[in-house]
Amino acid sequence: MPREKPGGKGSKGKDRKPELLHIGVSPHVRGRNTTTSIMGWVIVALLPLTAYSIYIGGLSTVVVILMSVTGAVVTEAAIQRMRHVKVSIGDLSAVVTGLLLALTLPPELPFWMPLAGGVVAIALGKQVFGGLGHNIFNPALVGRAVLFISYSKYMSTSWLTDPRALMVKTQAIESINAVTGATPLATMGHVREGELTIQASRYYGPLLFGNPWGCIGEVSAILIVVGLVVLLIKGLVDWRIPVGYVGTVMLLSWALGMDPLFAMLSGGLLLGACFMATDYVTNPMTPWGKLVFSVGCGCITVVLRFYSNLPEGVMFAILVMNGFTPLIDRYLRPRAFGHKGLVKQV
Amino acid sequence: MGWVRNLQRELFTKGGVHPPSNKIAATMKIFPGPYPETVVIPLSQHIGAPCEPLVEIHDRVLIGQKIGDSEAYVSAPVHSSVSGEVTGIIEYHHPTGVEVLSVQILSDGMNEVHPSVEPLGDPMEMTPQEIRKHIRRGGIVGLGGATFPTHVKLAPPEDKQIELVIINGAECEPYLTGDHRMMVERGEDIIEGARVIQRAVGAERIVVAIERNKPDAISVMKEIGDEYGFEVAVLPARYPMGAEKTLIKGITGREVPSGGLPMDVGVLVDNVGTAAAIYDLFYEGMPLVDRVLTVAGDGVAGHANLRIKVGTLVRDVIDFCGGLVGEPGKVILGGPMMGLAQYSTSVPVIKGTSGIVVLRGETVWKREPGHFVCIRCVLCVRRCPMNLMPYLIGSYSDAGMWEELETLNINDCVECGCCAYKCPTKNPLVQLIKVGKEGMARQQKKMEELTEALDKE
Repeated sequence: MPREKPGGKGSKGKDRKPELLHIGVSPHVRGRNTTTSIMGWVIVALLPLTAYSIYIGGLSTVVVILMSVTGAVVTEAAIQRMRHVKVSIGDLSAVVTGLLLALTLPPELPFWMPLAGGVVAIALGKQVFGGLGHNIFNPALVGRAVLFISYSKYMSTSWLTDPRALMVKTQAIESINAVTGATPLATMGHVREGELTIQASRYYGPLLFGNPWGCIGEVSAILIVVGLVVLLIKGLVDWRIPVGYVGTVMLLSWALGMDPLFAMLSGGLLLGACFMATDYVTNPMTPWGKLVFSVGCGCITVVLRFYSNLPEGVMFAILVMNGFTPLIDRYLRPRAFGHKGLVKQV
Repeated sequence: MGWVRNLQRELFTKGGVHPPSNKIAATMKIFPGPYPETVVIPLSQHIGAPCEPLVEIHDRVLIGQKIGDSEAYVSAPVHSSVSGEVTGIIEYHHPTGVEVLSVQILSDGMNEVHPSVEPLGDPMEMTPQEIRKHIRRGGIVGLGGATFPTHVKLAPPEDKQIELVIINGAECEPYLTGDHRMMVERGEDIIEGARVIQRAVGAERIVVAIERNKPDAISVMKEIGDEYGFEVAVLPARYPMGAEKTLIKGITGREVPSGGLPMDVGVLVDNVGTAAAIYDLFYEGMPLVDRVLTVAGDGVAGHANLRIKVGTLVRDVIDFCGGLVGEPGKVILGGPMMGLAQYSTSVPVIKGTSGIVVLRGETVWKREPGHFVCIRCVLCVRRCPMNLMPYLIGSYSDAGMWEELETLNINDCVECGCCAYKCPTKNPLVQLIKVGKEGMARQQKKMEELTEALDKE
């Protein structure tokens, strides 16, 4: 209906009395952000990284991403149908889970493996707890953990020996001979400490701009940070988590005699700190809680990296801290306005 | 200069939202409102005891004549806003959604003023007690919307010294521009009124608080400020800057303690409208019979700032502004963030009505509250100016876990609506909080009764 000019003739209130007015509690206007828009922005933040990884990895990467996303979305819809709740794949949260899972997988996998990962991520990681908002553990990491434990051969080293993969990936770095494991991080155990700091700097370039080792999402530290900046600008993540997490890892690694920059850039740390640990549902809700959570993630990561057989500590660090989230939320509450004390204990 | 110096440092950095301001009426002069044929004046327009009617059916009343009063201390009398005949003393719709005893008056169009209405003399010569007595007789309540009787506010207990009077012209609600226009057009009157308040409580200084998005009001008030010697605090344009507690924190850096009052930190906050009403009372003798409000929203033909007689029906005001446009969605008394949605347009304007916002069906948020879905996005915690955890309060309230709510300081919530505004899953957080406050109070009462019963045994 065209809007009338102020004070104009036309529809007088007396002629068209409102038959039915809506009532409801304030606020009567709402912000524009929705779950879909938030998830959409996470996907946008991941786009540069995804695009570059496809450029580096080619068709096999596309297959992994597509299979993982498909597995996640179809499972979400199917389980929601079974639970007789509204199917909410339109909110894109399953897409985000699928995409994040794919980014933590190696590029050369049998097609059914990312598919199974997507199914497990949504089914065991999310829907068994009651769906969006109720899960304790990061669904994408649950999917990855199951794959990692079930098919550790595929998940860590085997793809590197695939000559095709090597061919593509050696373009980014000449010193491929130095690689003995899945990631430069895996070489750590084999190199004496003195040499490590000297060698580490060799990897900065590739790690920043095009890392041929590791998972799909680890191709470029720069693009991960670009994605993080997008999320920070949109106010969708709290800076405390990535900063606290990465900061802790760098500090402890330096204390243990490792090059801190190398510690930051290698492995899944940046991807985990920027996109996995910041997952809304599974990290604490309070500023102090977020700091404790991220520092905890950092400590566990360093412990696993230095003192365990696992090549990668990020995944388990985040999953363990996810488990502590309800506890952290309970004990570290913000000081309410007009109350005394820094942190309210309950 | 101590107070305002702190401003740069202490401005509230925590919480708040930026809803589209939609202050379209900001450039429109305050215009006298409609002369209604009938007014319905509720006998309870304030926080406190309702008034008893002092008139009977078929009495003739005049403008400014007292028609209701109460013996109670926390209460304020009501006065007739028109001259005419009392046609009924009836239970009638009230903006809060309940029915309230009201006096219906048929205007005779003569606008005859009651003989008691004459200037009260120089308030600067009066004692604080006299000032408070006059203010109570004038029926003045807080016009920002809370409608707390002003004479009670001006009588702090002996041990609380008020140092600072803040005249609140922040007006952070979207659409509303009444206070803004008051400052531009009646700046001197507001300050005269503020000085009466200052004298009543013996405060050292006055600060006028204005949001940054009202440059004309700031320059007017600053000019007057140089003359009268008060300060103007320019605040960031951020909702809920004008809420009492955030305002005090922003200006003085002091936090009103939980469950306390502004006087606990030596501050008194009054709305610019209240100050102007006090001016009218002392210098013209007119009790509170009309108020300035904004008519706005995309559901009404004309936007305007109007001086409306208390008791005028919302329907008449909307007709005066050209009627409704489009499919009406909500008619809100007050601003869209904290105002009350009405089920009928035949409610009267009362002393606390700061605006009539009509939103079209397609603009307004009207989703029925569904079940509680939280994705723990933390936006509500980040936006809460009171530093609470709205999502947790909401989910406990939804689950009926009343005992837990107290540990979450639910009673510190000012119901500003920032959490619900930002919530991506559109949870009805403010509704759940209101329900939770009720539920908790019921639970506590039950527990008290139970303990009493046990004690007796």
